[in-house]
Amino acid sequence: MATSKNVLLIFHQEVMYKPIIHNLVRNFDLIFNILEAKILPRREGRLILELAGDEEAVRNGIEFLESEGVTVRTIADQSRRDEELCVHCGACTAVCRPDALAVNPETLEVEFFPERCVACGLCETACPMKALKGVNIERLGDAV
Amino acid sequence: MSTKSVEEINSRIREGKCVVVTAEEMIDIVASEGPKGAAKKVDVVTTGTFGTMCSSGAFLNFGHASPKMKASKVFINEVEAYAGIAAVDCYMGATQVREGDPLNAVHPGAFTYGGGHVIEDLVAGKEVTLTATSYGTDCYPARRLTKTLTLSDFRDAILHNPRNAYQNYNCAVNLSDRTIYTYMGILRPRMNNATFSTSGQLSPLLNDPYYRTIGIGTRIFLGGGTGVVSWAGTQHAPLTPRNERGIPTGGAGTLTVTGDLKQMNQRYLRGASLAGYGTSLMVGIGVPIPVLDEEVAYHAGVSNREIQCPVVDYGNDYPQGTGEPLGLVNYEELFSGSVEVRGKRIPTSPLASVVRAREIANILKSWISEGTFALGAAQELFPTAPERVKVPE
Repeated sequence: MATSKNVLLIFHQEVMYKPIIHNLVRNFDLIFNILEAKILPRREGRLILELAGDEEAVRNGIEFLESEGVTVRTIADQSRRDEELCVHCGACTAVCRPDALAVNPETLEVEFFPERCVACGLCETACPMKALKGVNIERLGDAV
Repeated sequence: MSTKSVEEINSRIREGKCVVVTAEEMIDIVASEGPKGAAKKVDVVTTGTFGTMCSSGAFLNFGHASPKMKASKVFINEVEAYAGIAAVDCYMGATQVREGDPLNAVHPGAFTYGGGHVIEDLVAGKEVTLTATSYGTDCYPARRLTKTLTLSDFRDAILHNPRNAYQNYNCAVNLSDRTIYTYMGILRPRMNNATFSTSGQLSPLLNDPYYRTIGIGTRIFLGGGTGVVSWAGTQHAPLTPRNERGIPTGGAGTLTVTGDLKQMNQRYLRGASLAGYGTSLMVGIGVPIPVLDEEVAYHAGVSNREIQCPVVDYGNDYPQGTGEPLGLVNYEELFSGSVEVRGKRIPTSPLASVVRAREIANILKSWISEGTFALGAAQELFPTAPERVKVPE
């Protein structure tokens, strides 16, 4: 079955110069989009990928990455909204491009679909209540 | 025209016989039974709004210590409160930013803490630190004060918001080439999105567009407790052009509201951080409208489709104070998720919480039907439009 998953890859110092992405492209039947990449001062590289393909191919690809020493985090497991803080105002929906945050036209509640989140971090800036957590490439995955 | 008085409605509330509906429920009643029938059937319509409302703040009296002090500078949690009022009175304004905040030095600033947050922390029962300085007088010799206190330690705490519950407001877009960070949220360049901020058909002044019942002395739901309308708000502008239903097609009436902070609830009074702009306060307000006659009923039955607002460019026109609105859109379109402006379909985002506005209208409805909330008859009405639209049969 075809699937699509947004993941964060953390390349620690030891594996930074290995041709890991090159091998991921060559050896696995995966389609992917690089959504964001960043090198942090603590000598760590980060990459946000949308991985699409057969369910098994996605699983194999992630296993390969982990066997190469890359930390893989599913963004949907990391991004969260503090339901106590959220007032359903809708300010976040002005910047969320993948519609991970969207107003339900019937109830007018702001619905959160973490599996669509690409961790761009814009909602964190837009939210007046600071209710959105872990949705930024730099901080994502730190708590794990 | 048959009429009811606020006193008659209040005695029905006491007897548990009052018929009260929310402004949303009123839409169908007026549509099916007509204004006359609706006026006969319904006694009170409850409205609600919940959103960022600048021009909010609280008068705080922190009481005298020994020796006494005439505080000339006051800070609470490092946020300055205006102290030029009296010895131990101050006013904490919602948009006052904490001392040392980097502001917009790195744009857009985050503005994580300000006066709105101090007010929320107080209502939440959190401890705050107050520091005050003075030059010393013969009657008030103390020059320095630092103390930790909670809301109950303040002698008085009065929420007093000079301009809330704007009757209608702009729909904001950005025609410039860069992303802008405004009090209307984040606006993407070249009109790639639009934001708007009222609760539409639930909003207090949109349901009483000529201020026939809402005036000085109207009792209201305020910040989870009760309060009153104490004056017309600053910038009250009844002469804004109106549509065929009597609804102003832009910002018009406003309210000054006042209430005892000590009986309010954090759920309906929240500090807000607006990126690149500053801090503010989200306020929950619910106003009951006594259905005095069929004209009041007709107006309280207004629906989103009948309320228009102007689309305004915040990239250049608004900040420069120039230009004309790009057109009018109605709230049914705005709440649908997209609108068409100048031939382009653009996604819309609300900034006020209709979910919570609806919750407030329902709470106020239950207070009234349970007999725990009596209406306050307006003692004085606000300036209004010179002519009113005719009520259809």
